[in-house]
Amino acid sequence: MAEVVLNVNGGDNAVEVDPDSPLLYVLMDAYGLKGPKFGCGLAQCGACTVLMDGEPYRSCTLPVSEAKGKIVTLEGLGTMENPHPIQKAFIDEQALQCGFCISGPVLYGKAFIDKNPGASEAQIQEALGGLLCRCYAHPRMLKALVRYAKEVKA
Amino acid sequence: MSTGMTPDAITALSGEGYSRRNFFRSAGALIVSFSIAGSMEQASGQTASGFPTPTIPNNQVDSWIAIGGDDSVTAYAGKCDFGQGFRTVQHQLVAEELGVPLERVKMIICDTAMCPDQGVSSGSQGHPTQFGTGALRAALATAREALVRLASEQLGLPVDQLMVENGIVYSRADRTNNVSYGKLIGGKKINLTLNTRAVPKNPATYTVLGKSVPRYDVPPKATGEFEYVHNVRLPAMIHGKVVRPPAVGAKVVSVDESSVRTLPGNVKVIVRRDFVAVAADTQWEAMQAAEKLVVRWTAGDRLPDQQTLYANMRRMPSRDAYTVVADDVDEKLKAAAQTFKATYFHPFQMHGSLGTSCAVADVKGTGANTTATVWSASQGIYPQRDSLALILGTAKENIRCIFVEGSGCYGLNGADTVAYDAAVISQATGRAVRVQYSRKDEMTAAESFGPAYVIDLTAGVDAGGQMTAWNYESWTFNKGNRPNATTPGNIYSGGLLGFAAPAVNPTMTPTRPAAFNNNGNVASAYGTGCVGGSCGSTGNVQSERVLTRTIASPFYTGPLRSPNRLQNTFANESFIDEIAAALKVDPVVYRLRHLVDSRLIDVLNGAARGAKWDTRPSPKPGNAKTGVVTGRGIAIVLYEGNNGYGGLVAEVSVDQGSGKVTVTKLVCSNDSGPISNPDGLRAQLEGGALQGMSRAMYEEVKWDATSLTSVDWRRFPVFKFGDPLPVVESVLIDRPDQPHMGAGETIITVVAAAIANAIFDATGARIREVPFTPERVLATLAARA
Ligand code: FES
Ligand code: FES
Repeated sequence: MAEVVLNVNGGDNAVEVDPDSPLLYVLMDAYGLKGPKFGCGLAQCGACTVLMDGEPYRSCTLPVSEAKGKIVTLEGLGTMENPHPIQKAFIDEQALQCGFCISGPVLYGKAFIDKNPGASEAQIQEALGGLLCRCYAHPRMLKALVRYAKEVKA
Repeated sequence: MSTGMTPDAITALSGEGYSRRNFFRSAGALIVSFSIAGSMEQASGQTASGFPTPTIPNNQVDSWIAIGGDDSVTAYAGKCDFGQGFRTVQHQLVAEELGVPLERVKMIICDTAMCPDQGVSSGSQGHPTQFGTGALRAALATAREALVRLASEQLGLPVDQLMVENGIVYSRADRTNNVSYGKLIGGKKINLTLNTRAVPKNPATYTVLGKSVPRYDVPPKATGEFEYVHNVRLPAMIHGKVVRPPAVGAKVVSVDESSVRTLPGNVKVIVRRDFVAVAADTQWEAMQAAEKLVVRWTAGDRLPDQQTLYANMRRMPSRDAYTVVADDVDEKLKAAAQTFKATYFHPFQMHGSLGTSCAVADVKGTGANTTATVWSASQGIYPQRDSLALILGTAKENIRCIFVEGSGCYGLNGADTVAYDAAVISQATGRAVRVQYSRKDEMTAAESFGPAYVIDLTAGVDAGGQMTAWNYESWTFNKGNRPNATTPGNIYSGGLLGFAAPAVNPTMTPTRPAAFNNNGNVASAYGTGCVGGSCGSTGNVQSERVLTRTIASPFYTGPLRSPNRLQNTFANESFIDEIAAALKVDPVVYRLRHLVDSRLIDVLNGAARGAKWDTRPSPKPGNAKTGVVTGRGIAIVLYEGNNGYGGLVAEVSVDQGSGKVTVTKLVCSNDSGPISNPDGLRAQLEGGALQGMSRAMYEEVKWDATSLTSVDWRRFPVFKFGDPLPVVESVLIDRPDQPHMGAGETIITVVAAAIANAIFDATGARIREVPFTPERVLATLAARA
């Protein structure tokens, strides 16, 4: 066990954890976060996605000792009362079913679109390549992301 | 706004022990129950004034609706929501039928201690059940009628001169003459028995239903605030991880507890027959321990060879049943001007939920005093409770199962079996326990797969090309099913704990049906479905024989979105297409010649029109035998024989060099009676179309001599982001004058056939085995005439 200090959703917090533990379990259990989820533990689905300094990472395979910078999870973007524009786009398009996969499309989408405002649907699709949504809400998710891309550009 | 968990589940979590009793004690209320005995009737006779002493035991949960003297509206329902939006539709139903604002409605769904037992939330039955006889809508109509009657007395006006708006009963003539529900109830206790004759509102007059009310669960899900079962945390809770047999059917020889003794996290080892698990303070510690625990297992079962499986299924002992059997089928086939024959193959498939299954259990006490609370994402918390009674050795009254949404399940995934795991570990350790599977556990040692099928079809046509006889014979697998009070052995962990799955007993001669029941969509849409003199199907082919042979399965099997119906419809809807093509008739036109059900005809035409169907026989004239070619195919179904009409046109492009098929467009057409929420319905159709495409194009469970090898997303490929996404469109047919039907499985049922038919249209090659992988498509192209 070791003390690790992480900057999660804007605050520095120290936790006692096994430094080999993947970041996901630390976020779920030590920080009590609900945004990043366990889908596979194998970097194959994206349910555990978080942003680190604006870049998407699959927290299920990233040892907590290698986590650095500003970590932002789904709940770090906005709240129900005050959703981030990308979250609002997903709400307006009703772009999810069970929502278990949602950290992947939202955070990969955000990282890509923030760097490529006005990105096309095809480019966004490619940026999301490999993510899974087993409810297959893909068309609505892409619609939401294209809407967000237009907003970022405007 | 709902955070996903019922308010009660949240309160139960925080240990306050909310009970209906407290609610009923607090103020006046009007309550509608299944039976008066289950409500407060008896008690109100016992006390002269005020609210009666508590008389509603926690297990007496047959009430549907409680309207408070404070105008609050609480509805209880035993039909859950897995992300389809049915929670929101039920809110709409309550608001609509009672005439109260949506915001006032509070719903408590799927808690065995709180809600009426509505069995399992599956089979696209939510919509037809809650709007059907004797369920939520009837309870609401009962309440509204009673309140309007009370208002009639109070306002001195006949019922037909009154109207309800926003929970206030008005005189139609003079709106200043009014009284609210809350005032009518005041401090009184009004108990009503659900009146099945109460007249619900006419759907043509709906103002809340029929609107695309946004789903309650989307904002919390999009912002990470939603409480999934995976987020349930109890005080002093520990984490369990199961250690499953490496080979199918392997049994425990020995467990070396010393192998994990020095690991951190207060590791505990739990062994009960062939059930092995560890528990530790954190998930990560439990994972480490599960990996390091040394267990010796027997060799396990020898699995059937997958390469030769389909051929061998025909030789295995089977339990045989006719769905329909006309005596003249052979005669008609012999007399036919032309006969057709084809065989279709469908693999085992899995639910493959995005998140692995998870449950939390808190088991206390010993022996007959054992009590348990289980938080579960199961589709069937009531049967789960009943079967847990056997597993924990206590009465079902001592068990409370609370539904908390999980990752989309699409049927009997690992949700029930993980609830068993959490309960058994909690009982053994005396601690509250959370269990979430690894990806491999989920895919190989928890699921009840959708079974493989081999389907032989034969048909005869007369000189005019009209079908005169249809013969279906299939072989499929079974092991277990949904668990119920007597069958915890129906699912994986039940088996490990020593409960056997019911045997599949071979029959000497096939059983004959007493009535036509096409729940499994075994019979095609084109037959008459005549059994015992009455005919109940959608077509005009009188002479049909439909025989299913069920074999003991090497793996657990159970409902997977459109169970059996999808496999059967793949065969039936491909076969009619083959016949149409051979007769050089357009596939829509040929279907129409054999259909008598006007709604199925409308759905077929709706799909065709929506896709701008080009009327001509398949294959498409002028397509080359090399390079990339395009085509279109269609398929239809009346789901479960009576529960939702679906049609789909698929457009594909086929690269004949690589065998790669790209689905470019899917046009859905659907009729499920009155539309409750158009946008929610569209979402269901879109998701069903694409999930069906993934199953048709990619998904097949694989194994070797001893073990399942589909252990992760690399070895069980599915459709992903980045793969070419077809355009998906929907044609919605609204039928306000018809009963409510299901819509969650209509479209997924027809996808494989529509795609296979489109591949044929493009290439002239008929693919009869799912999934349509490039290798298989290439082989089919090579064999083409
Ligand atoms: S859980 Fe991390 S990628 Fe699947
Ligand atoms: S919405 Fe269910 S997995 Fe994406």
